Amino acid sequence: MSFWTDPIKVVYDGLMLLLTGWGLSGAAANVISSLLGILLLITGAMVLDIMLVWVERKVVARFQGRLGPNRVGPYGLFQPFPDIIKLIIKEDITPDGADKVVYNMAPIISLGSVIFLWAVVPLASTIYGVDLNVALLYLVAAGALGTLSIIMAGWSSNNKYALLGAFRQVAAMISFEIPMVVALLIPTILAGSLSLKVITEAQAGGRWFFWLSPLGAVLFLISAIAELGRSPFDLNEGESEIVSGYHIEYTGMKFGLFYAGELLHAFTFGGFLSVLFFGGWHGPWASQYPLLGVFYFVAKAMFGYWLIMWVKYTVPRIRIDHMLAFNWKFLTPVAFALLVVTAVVHSLLKNAGFWPYCFGLFFSNVLLGWITLEILRASTRRQRLAVEAPQPAAQH
Amino acid sequence: MQSPWLYIGLFLLVGIIIPIIPIAFSALVAPKKPNPIKQSTYECGIETVGDSWVQFKAQYYVFALIFLIFDVETVFLFPWALAINALPFFAVAEGVLFILILIAGLSFAWRKGMIEWV
Repeated sequence: MSFWTDPIKVVYDGLMLLLTGWGLSGAAANVISSLLGILLLITGAMVLDIMLVWVERKVVARFQGRLGPNRVGPYGLFQPFPDIIKLIIKEDITPDGADKVVYNMAPIISLGSVIFLWAVVPLASTIYGVDLNVALLYLVAAGALGTLSIIMAGWSSNNKYALLGAFRQVAAMISFEIPMVVALLIPTILAGSLSLKVITEAQAGGRWFFWLSPLGAVLFLISAIAELGRSPFDLNEGESEIVSGYHIEYTGMKFGLFYAGELLHAFTFGGFLSVLFFGGWHGPWASQYPLLGVFYFVAKAMFGYWLIMWVKYTVPRIRIDHMLAFNWKFLTPVAFALLVVTAVVHSLLKNAGFWPYCFGLFFSNVLLGWITLEILRASTRRQRLAVEAPQPAAQH
Repeated sequence: MQSPWLYIGLFLLVGIIIPIIPIAFSALVAPKKPNPIKQSTYECGIETVGDSWVQFKAQYYVFALIFLIFDVETVFLFPWALAINALPFFAVAEGVLFILILIAGLSFAWRKGMIEWV
């Protein structure tokens, strides 16, 4: 077991040896080594967050046919640092009448809820925070804290527009949690476990769950974009409409935490898309060299993040009633239908051999997608004919 | 490490402290010049009209209720999805029946107009 095959264990054992050699008890040494590991992971996530500011601005610029930041450092790479310095030195204006405790807690919980998610993400075969056997449930629970922070921000701002924006945003976010949780059940069925590590390992050898369940991946992507509160579902943060909704009254670093939290949340969901459907850290030689696995994971997560950004900068904003109708009348029935089809096909074909299983699942997904589109076409045709139907001549 | 939950507990603690650091640093470094106009509530540049804590529209409550029903359903579906490999096909059919009953509930809500945003 050299450093290259299992870096975390080597470092951890070395640290434990050192600390117990200094006279600390086993439990205290354990806590201290865990704390160091946690600090490393969280710092890594925050550094990634800072880089994502640059990535976001460059990518949006290229989608809109312009250059993006290119003054500060080579290719504008140092742009996030002036941004952070600007946010830190801005004055913190608290509206009078605001509920101070809740007002201050909201951005902390918003960024905190995203950081909590990084504890269970498997970055490589041996590099991860902790292998929780209920990791998917932990994911949903930590994500719900983000929803809580939005209501806290809107309520405590003493501003009726912030409150309305927060209500609408939370109504949309909780609605889209249902298709997201059902889409999360699909890798659970396919891998037989809620643990992200086991789900990733079940995708070894190119057996990505994306091939087995493409509709599930698309469903997860759409509901994750809505959960993030990003365009096209961001009408409550629409900078051009209701001036930032629930974070109207936040200035300086508190606003910075909301913004950074949103970017990191988007990247984390790109990471989850890659872990659940695109094989996570799998790739050539990734099992022997975990650091290579980290590279593959980050590359796939960047791809997922790029998909999310692509949708954001292409599609116009969706109205709240269309958004909720889209969720309850389209996504939720499709999600449950997909769950039923996957469960039935998986139980019938799991002993039938590798290729019948894969083809069976893939074609049942494609069939379900086609049936859904046919139903949509039929209903829109009906609506169109109802509008365009020839009216009787004497109508007055 | 003995227990993954100890790690999660420590992670939660550190994860709450880390975002506090930039805010604390900003509180030290940033200027503080409060004046009543700057701190008044933003309402597109005009004086605020009426109470800030507006009346709660009932439709939000209906959506939250429907969400609650389906969320509890997914909580019941988690152990079913987890154990599906070890269960006979009868149990899979039973789970499918459970989902169908709740889809019937969704269609009831749909037909009654409860998922409209009016």
